[in-house]
Amino acid sequence: MSANNPSDLPVVSDRLAKNAMRNVSERLIEGLLLCAAAVSVLTTLGIVYVLVSESFHFFQNVSIVDFLTDTQWTPLFDDAHFGIMVLVSGTVVSSFVALAVAIPMGTIIAIYLSEFANSKVREVAKPILELLGGIPTIVFGYFALLVVTPLLQIILPELPGFSLLSAGLVMGIMIVPYIASLSEDAMRAVPMSLREGAYAMGSTRLYTAIHVVVPAAFSGLAASYILGISRAVGETMILAVAAGMQPNLTWNPMEPAATITSYIVQVALGDLPHGSIGYQTIFAAGLTLLLITLVFNILGQWLRAKFRENY
Amino acid sequence: MQIHDNPALKAEARNLNFFYGEAKALKNINMPIYDKKVTALIGPSGCGKSTYLRSFNRMHDLYPGNRYEGEIRFFPDNTNLLSSEVDPIEVRMRVGMVFQKPNPFPKSIYENVAYGLRVRGENNKRVLDDKVEHALKGAAIWDEAKDRLSELASNLSGGQQQRLCIARALATDPELLLFDEPTSALDPIATAAIEELVHELKKRVTILIVTHNMQQAARVSDYTAYMYLGEMIEFGKTDEIFIKPKDKRTEDYITGRMG
Repeated sequence: MSANNPSDLPVVSDRLAKNAMRNVSERLIEGLLLCAAAVSVLTTLGIVYVLVSESFHFFQNVSIVDFLTDTQWTPLFDDAHFGIMVLVSGTVVSSFVALAVAIPMGTIIAIYLSEFANSKVREVAKPILELLGGIPTIVFGYFALLVVTPLLQIILPELPGFSLLSAGLVMGIMIVPYIASLSEDAMRAVPMSLREGAYAMGSTRLYTAIHVVVPAAFSGLAASYILGISRAVGETMILAVAAGMQPNLTWNPMEPAATITSYIVQVALGDLPHGSIGYQTIFAAGLTLLLITLVFNILGQWLRAKFRENY
Repeated sequence: MQIHDNPALKAEARNLNFFYGEAKALKNINMPIYDKKVTALIGPSGCGKSTYLRSFNRMHDLYPGNRYEGEIRFFPDNTNLLSSEVDPIEVRMRVGMVFQKPNPFPKSIYENVAYGLRVRGENNKRVLDDKVEHALKGAAIWDEAKDRLSELASNLSGGQQQRLCIARALATDPELLLFDEPTSALDPIATAAIEELVHELKKRVTILIVTHNMQQAARVSDYTAYMYLGEMIEFGKTDEIFIKPKDKRTEDYITGRMG
């Protein structure tokens, strides 16, 4: 085929036309992907907007000072009080109990799986552990109420039927798989050369795990703890079932109390008139919860950035 | 080889075989390591020189399925390092190691050097200070590090990190120091510094060094062993190996016709 044959020209323009088609389809795909990404971003923005705007109405009726300092939470009574600290105390105490269980246990399991267990044990144990994370929290809630509370009452006879202690302990067990699994991933990502360096200095496995592997994986461990905290703060069903739902300003885990989340469940189930002050408390409580988890997420990001190891 | 010409023995491999599972990686190695000398192990990739080196501090024990046969005798006490009755941790207390890629721990410069001492239960601040300074001076990094001892070791440059790793190994006064291609990740200037250091260190400690770089072997070592496919082909004084190799295969390798 000769180069200056005019019949070659349509071939060239064909190729151009195909390119144009390709550009259109590329644009189309890009647009679809953007839409998919936008859905999640817009949903988040929408949630924040609803929370903030409803809370704004709420704070027109209740001063922020009262909201933060009042020691009673009785939004549905005639003599209404709106002290969020009552609910925050329940959330803090139950989360504290849960983390006191989950952080040590999760870390120890992660150290065992990553540094001590042989590959056969790990292959069996890790999926089972992760299965524990798939149990619906309502099941954990009834487990706390019907098994753990009676067991605890044997040791602590004065423990009431509903308590933050029992709900918190079970919540801790629920969080263990998350912390253990993420921490184990972080520790396994520590390069073997670092471990070999430690062993070559004459360290034992335990010394290597504690003094070299854990510090090297610290950013990942911190991230897993923060995730655990977020799970504990946001957990609802276990607390609604096993911790009782009466608002109670207390720092004693042996008492029943409502948390922010269990209060929202309780009130959202009732038939509150739309736009009433009781209705708006849901959003004010929700906004408080959002702010608490936001603080922990930011803390988590900061820890990750500060302690990131580059190999 | 006339033994009486040679200095005292520090270690000796006797009929050493090593297996990665079924695969035989070292074949009947017999070789002396002389006290306070530098012995270089050379040979093409996969010839078993690193495998051999890592037998001296029982690094292979860390992974399942590895098996030693034969002995590595360690002097003056004539211990068999490979004996199943000898605790690998005891072996590693006496034999230090510097790796191919600098691997400082995620700790301060000071704590990196103090690591081995702390493992051995030393927690007296004054003793630690003293030994850390001594080790950093021994590894020729004291001047660069003395004002930043509490900084993270990862802030150092690659060459500095490698000298820190040497200081870390020196701090516990090992009898034998293993170097596994210590300069392969470093630039020429950092490499020259490490080579100079190796030369200096042999006054204090016996050194066994694996290197890919034949000029390096020629520059730093007193003795050289050429390995090929898991076998020890030739061992002798470095000058003799490089000037008048006895084995054809050694000659091919050092003249660049192979490898």
